[in-house]
This record gives sequence, C-alpha cells and structure tokens, in this order.
Amino acid sequence: MEIVTTGLAGTMESSDIMVTVSKPTQAGITIELSSSVSKQFGKQIRGVILECAHKLGVMDASITAVDQGALDCVIKARVKTAIYRACLSTDYKWEV
Amino acid sequence: MPNFDLTALAHMDELKTQTPFDTEHVYKELKTCHERELSDNKIVPTLQDAIRLCGLKDGMTISFHHHFRNGDFVVNKVMAVIAQMGIKALVLAPSSLIDIHKPLIDHIRNGVVRRIETSGLRGELAEEISHGLMEVPVVFRSHGGRAAVIETGELPIDIAFIGAPSCDPLGNANGYSRDNDKGIVCGAMGYAKLDAQHARKVVILTDNIVPFPNVPFGIPESDVDYIVEVDAIGDPNGIMSGATRYTTNPKELMIAQKVAEVIEATDFFRNGFSLQMGSGGASLATVRFMKEKMLKKKIKASFALGGITGQIVQLHEEGLIKKILDVQSFDLEAARSLKDNRFHQQISASYYASPNSKGSAVNQLDFVVLSALELDVDFNVNVLTGSDGVIRGAIGGHCDTAAGASVAIITCPLTRGRIPTIVDRVNTIVTPGKTIDIVVTDQGIAVNPIRSDLMKMMERAGIDLCTIEELRDKARRIVGQGTPIAYTDRVVGVVTYRDGSVIDLIYQVKDDQETED
Amino acid sequence: MFVPGNNPGMIKDAYIYNCDCIMFDLEDSVSYTEKDAARSLVFHALTTIDYGDKELVVRVNALDSSIGIDDLEAMVRARIDVIRLPKTETAQDIIFCEEQIERIEISIGMPVGTTKMMAAIESAQGVLNAPAIAKASKRLIGIALGAEDYVTDLKTNRSPEGIELLFARSMILQAARSAGISALDTVFSDVNDEEGLIAEAKHIKQLGFDGKSVINPRQIQPIIDIFTPTLKEIQKAKAVMEAIAEANRRGSGVISLNGKMIDRPIVLRAERVISLAKAAKIIS
Repeated sequence: MEIVTTGLAGTMESSDIMVTVSKPTQAGITIELSSSVSKQFGKQIRGVILECAHKLGVMDASITAVDQGALDCVIKARVKTAIYRACLSTDYKWEV
Repeated sequence: MPNFDLTALAHMDELKTQTPFDTEHVYKELKTCHERELSDNKIVPTLQDAIRLCGLKDGMTISFHHHFRNGDFVVNKVMAVIAQMGIKALVLAPSSLIDIHKPLIDHIRNGVVRRIETSGLRGELAEEISHGLMEVPVVFRSHGGRAAVIETGELPIDIAFIGAPSCDPLGNANGYSRDNDKGIVCGAMGYAKLDAQHARKVVILTDNIVPFPNVPFGIPESDVDYIVEVDAIGDPNGIMSGATRYTTNPKELMIAQKVAEVIEATDFFRNGFSLQMGSGGASLATVRFMKEKMLKKKIKASFALGGITGQIVQLHEEGLIKKILDVQSFDLEAARSLKDNRFHQQISASYYASPNSKGSAVNQLDFVVLSALELDVDFNVNVLTGSDGVIRGAIGGHCDTAAGASVAIITCPLTRGRIPTIVDRVNTIVTPGKTIDIVVTDQGIAVNPIRSDLMKMMERAGIDLCTIEELRDKARRIVGQGTPIAYTDRVVGVVTYRDGSVIDLIYQVKDDQETED
Repeated sequence: MFVPGNNPGMIKDAYIYNCDCIMFDLEDSVSYTEKDAARSLVFHALTTIDYGDKELVVRVNALDSSIGIDDLEAMVRARIDVIRLPKTETAQDIIFCEEQIERIEISIGMPVGTTKMMAAIESAQGVLNAPAIAKASKRLIGIALGAEDYVTDLKTNRSPEGIELLFARSMILQAARSAGISALDTVFSDVNDEEGLIAEAKHIKQLGFDGKSVINPRQIQPIIDIFTPTLKEIQKAKAVMEAIAEANRRGSGVISLNGKMIDRPIVLRAERVISLAKAAKIIS
C-alpha cells in the first residue's frame, strides 16, 4: 500500500493510543513514541507498530504515537486504521 | 518571716529542698486574664523570631506534619525563611511530603537541606530524588516506625513546626476551630501531637488565634514554646474534600463488594470486631457494603481506627461503630465529628502504631483494608515506587497495620492501564508478605498460603479463590512482558520496616532507558 | 452489556463484569468518521482478549451501506457469536443479512450457520412485522426492542411507566415465543436511577421477557437479582421435578404434589426456574 496523505487514528483517552501516519522523510519506518509506560513497554510498543506496518506492506513511513497505556491489540487496531486512512484505502484484510 | 536553721536538720543531704523562703521572690499577677492573654503569651512577631529564639543551627533536625496534605503552606513558608537566614545542612523529618512541597528541590540544591526522613515523597520532588538529586539517601519510615525513633531519641527533633487551624495565645492548638468559622479545618493532628510531645522546641504556626483556653485541645500548651501568626497556613481545597464521595466506578464497586463478602466470611466478623479502612474509592464503598451485612447479622464494631472518613462517622452516629480512634481526618465530616462526638478520640502517632507499645491501637485490629501499588507472589507489597521505579507514594501506616491486624486485606485492580499490579517481584518491598493475608482484585481473590485458617473460611463460604501466581500470570497475559527497569548502583532511598531495620533499598533510575523521544 | 466499539478502555475490561453477554456496538455509539476505527478495534479485541464464557454479540451498522457489509466481513471472521442487526423492519432484512453472513462463512471455510443472529426492532413497521422477522432465519436466537428510535417513530417519548412501549413489548414477546427464540428488552438510560431500573426490570420480567440490555456494569446486579429465582421458588420447582421422578419410578402417568395434580404448564415453569437458577449458579 502507498501512503498518499496523513492518517490519524485513536484518541488521548486512557488505554488508547493516538497514531499518526505520514509520508516518510527517509527510508524505512521512523517511529516517534511518547508513552506513559515508555520505560516498561516502549520497546514492545515500537515492535508492535513496526510489525503492523510491515504486515500491511508499508516499508517506509513516518509514524508518531502518543500512548496512554494501550494494550497490544489496541495498538494494532489503531496503527492499521491510521495506515489505511493514510493510504486512502478500504481494502481491508481481516486476518487473525 | 520563717527563720529555720536548715543546716541543723538531719538528712539534709538527702532532702532536695534547701532554700529558705523569701517574700521578695513572691510575685502576684495583677493584670486581668484578658490583659495577660494579650501581653504575656507565646506569640512572637515573625517566623524568623521564632526560629532564632529556638536556636536553630546548621545540621539540626526539624519536623513538620502532613495533616494539610496537598494544601499545606507551612513547610514552604518555614523553609523559605530558614533559607533566607542562611542556615544549612538541616535534617528534614516531616511525617510525609506531598506534591506541593516541590520548592524543597531548590533548598536541597542550595544545601539548606542535607537529608530527609519521611514516610513518603510525591510529585516532582520525588522524581528529582529518584533521579539522584540528593547526596544522602532518604530514609523512609512508617508512621509507627517514625514514632518509635522519635520517642527513643534515635531521631531527635530540635524544632517541630506545627501548622494549627486554631491556637490560643498560650499554645493550646486544634485541627479545627470551636470559636469561629475562620481558618481551615484538618481534624485530628495525630502526627503533630507526637512531635509536640518530643521535640526540643515547638513552634505553632496559625492563621486563627482564638481566646484562651482552646479546649478540648489536640495539642496542650505545655508542649508549645512559640506561636507565630501568619496570613494563611493552608488551602482548604488541597486539604480535604467536603465529604469523601461514594465511588461510581464499577471496578471499585466490584472490588468493594468482594471485600465485604471476604470480611463476612471470616470468623473475625462478629460482635465487637475492630477495623481500619483506607481512603481510596474501593475502601469507602466497602464500608457501605459492610453496613448492610452488619445490619443483617446484628453485628456492631467496637471501634474504627484511621484515617477516618465521613462514612465511618456515619456508622458511628448510627450506632454501628461504638468508638473512633483518629490519627488523621480525611474529610470535613470526620473533622466535624472529632469536634462534636464524645467517643471520637484523637490519638498520637505513637498511640496509633508505635511498635514499642504493647497497647498500640494497630495491635487491637481485627481487619485492615489497604491498597498497593504492586504486590508480588510472596505477598510483599510496594506502596512507595511506581512500576517505573520512581518514588511516588508513602508508607503511611501500611506495615504497622498489616502487622497488627488479624486479617490484613489488600484491594487493588489486577492492572492499572498497562501496569500490572500483581508481579513476580515488587520494585520495592515496603510491607513483608508474612503480614499480608488476602488480596482482593477485580479479577480474582488470593489468600496467603500461610493462612490456612482463612483459606478454610473462604472455602466454607463458597468464595472462589485463585493462587497469587495465577493472578500474576493473568496480569502478564493482559499487559505483555515488560522490560525490567534499569537502575544505577547509587542508593537514593533506604526503606525501613517499623522496627527500624532496613527492608529494601531504592536505587536511582537510569535516565537513558527508553523515554519520550 | 453494551460496550461502545471505539472505546478501548471499556472494551478491554468488559469481561470483568458478570453480565451474560457483551454487545460491542459499531452503530449508534460510534460517530460516522470513526466506523473504520471501531471495526478494527473490536476485531482485534475479539481475536486477542479472553472474554471467558460470555456470549459475544456485535451490533453492526445497517446493511444498506458498505459500512454494514464491511462490519460483517470483519466480525464473522473474528468468530463473533451473534450479529445484532439494528433497525430491522422486515423479514427480508433478516434474509439479506443471512445471505451475506453465509457468503462470508463459505469464503473462509467456516461451517455455514455458525454465526447466529439477533434482530433489533426499532420502528412501528418493525413491530408490526415482528412475528415474520422472528421466523425469518434459523440463525435468529433472539429479538430485541430498541426503545429510543421506536418512540421517536411513534411520535412520543419515553415515560417511567412505559405505557408507550406496551404494544411493542407485547408484540415482540408474541413473536419471540411463536418462533421459540428469546425476547430482550431495551436499555434503561439513567445509570444513576437504580430504583427506576428495578421497576422497569420487574415489569418486563412479569411480561415474560428473558432479559434486558444494560449500558453500565452497575446495572448488571440489580437485573440479575430480579431475574434470579428466589430460594422458595427453587424449592418449589425442585419439589415438582422430584414429584415427576417419583411418578416415573412408580410407573404412574399421573403426577401429584401435595394433593394437587401437576400438569404440563406447571412442569414447564418448574423447568424454567431450574434453568434460571443454574444460570445464576445457585444450583449446579
């Protein structure tokens, strides 16, 4: 999938994560993460975001995430929604 | 005039009175009591005067109470004056420190404060200390532990600065006012009482001078040396709410319901039982559910200890709790009751929890309901540091009540956002697992295996239990496996158990671990 | 219990509470611009979080747009137990929904008929067609009333006594019973009015409803208390069942208890009490 605009998903509510996906400024996925549990789960969160993007075939993107303690399944959901919105695509693939 | 030859008396060396009477030494006061109150009193014009008269020097130990919680102005006011006077290297020994005491950061940097002994630290001050602000580690003590070292003189307090909502010119002080509606209200002043009894010098700060005698008193004039009138000692909004509200949070309500069921299931729930409740939402709701059960089974409590809230007062006034022992009041209702109710007694921190006294109130408890930041598979509890290793809480009377009560119950949600409450090993041990009996979470109840008696009672009542390991695993499945916190090898905090022994150390958190970008 | 589909905080905690069924909502509680976000959130929650033995339902958007169809694509694949179709007006609505679900089940190799359905009646037309709707599909396990939209359609508003809902509730009940499926009542919106909730729950229980939707965990226990048989009722029911067993042992066709003959309606009611008591975990 190709990123054509900026896609935003999620809120600043507790247990949510606000993800912004925009056109890459350099090669690869750059992740800017700010989290209430950055010490304990920062690495984990980045990993989930990266894996999500790659699974959707997105290898280059600029991703910003503001996390309020979201669980992995919430992170996946928000990242995917943000990417689809950024790609202006509705070609959803519901794989478990 | 008497004319004795005292030297001729036998056993004169044993008798200690050897001076003959002289009329010259008799003094009779001729002023009216009103004039005396205005002129011959302990009021000094400024805080600086009081500090000077007390003889404060570098390296001395000073203390404060935390009855004004996050509405306290006293610590900051006093420290500002002390700093201005150029005094250095003090030992600060407050009963606890809260967010509002952030200005201490500068006093520490400027060398006014060299070391701190406290029950807790919060806010930016706590964060800075966790990141290595102080050269000397902070000593953390429980309320009982602090009382013990103050009583024995191991922690000698040179000057106690005590903010009091009402005080008469001779020093009788209270946490409320009987004479007017002026001034803030804090209710019981149990920590201040203790300091007043043992400090070398005691300075009362008040914004509400009332006529002599301010009785019944919380602090007697005999403990007080100087009084300073200031324009404001605290912010009522930061001190306490009108009345602590019943929670509508469904998780807290669920936990509260379960706690009440657990209490009911034990043999300790019988006529004349005693209890202490925390002040969190779940604790308050628990009181309400317990009331239903007490009415149903026609059971009355002999006394409630605390940390007193309006909910406890209500049960007392309805005849369900006979007496109240109050070391600090959490809301205006509790303060009102302290003022008005005969059997609502103010007690000092020592009476409350000193490990040295046989009769400590905590030793008479059947139940105590406490919270926890973290709890591990050995039932050790952490109430001091967060899951990120940063100091953010206070010991309070946690280990005191857990040791004293027949049944110590911890209430907590299984996770708080993405932070697990039940873990393999707590970041900081504050209360040893040996004194923790039951853990009630929103997703399961676990009983400490060493309490087979309680396990049988739960089984008999049909209460489902799980193991603490199961709770830990469930929490981990929900939040995922986190990265362990990275610390340096510098100690920033020494955590003591109530007997003064060191139970754990708090290390400085590393700055460069994954943080905000 | 209704859980708004775009609220991670509520979604991740929903299994903690003692409701029988969790209903994730992708429809009215989710704004138009967030339909895709909610769908993804519920999909990932369903495929990750352990909701225990609760029945899992999702209220999809109406199927007259691609949004509703996309909802079905995601939710069937997420192995949802029940699809709740909002604003059901005719039997054809149910048939169309079933066709879509079947298409998806076939495409992913799921046994056809796995995903169940529930119809929500929210208009006068829907109420009048309730009997046909209730029989329109073997997948239908229940038929529910959605009062807010319904009273607007009627050009009235909700009252505490609920007279304006009497016809709809009755029709839905007749429809449910004639089709052999469950009848479910509408939500009670004032979370702080526990007395009002209890009054309404008692009313619909007496009418014959099987259950009620809630919008807050605090509303769960009062309803359980009302629908749970009392000990007296359970004892009576057990006595009836014992009388039947006794008659069977004697080889007699006539069942009597305390000198009275027990006929079929009494037996059926006793069986219902026993099954409710089992569901409430009072008896095993």
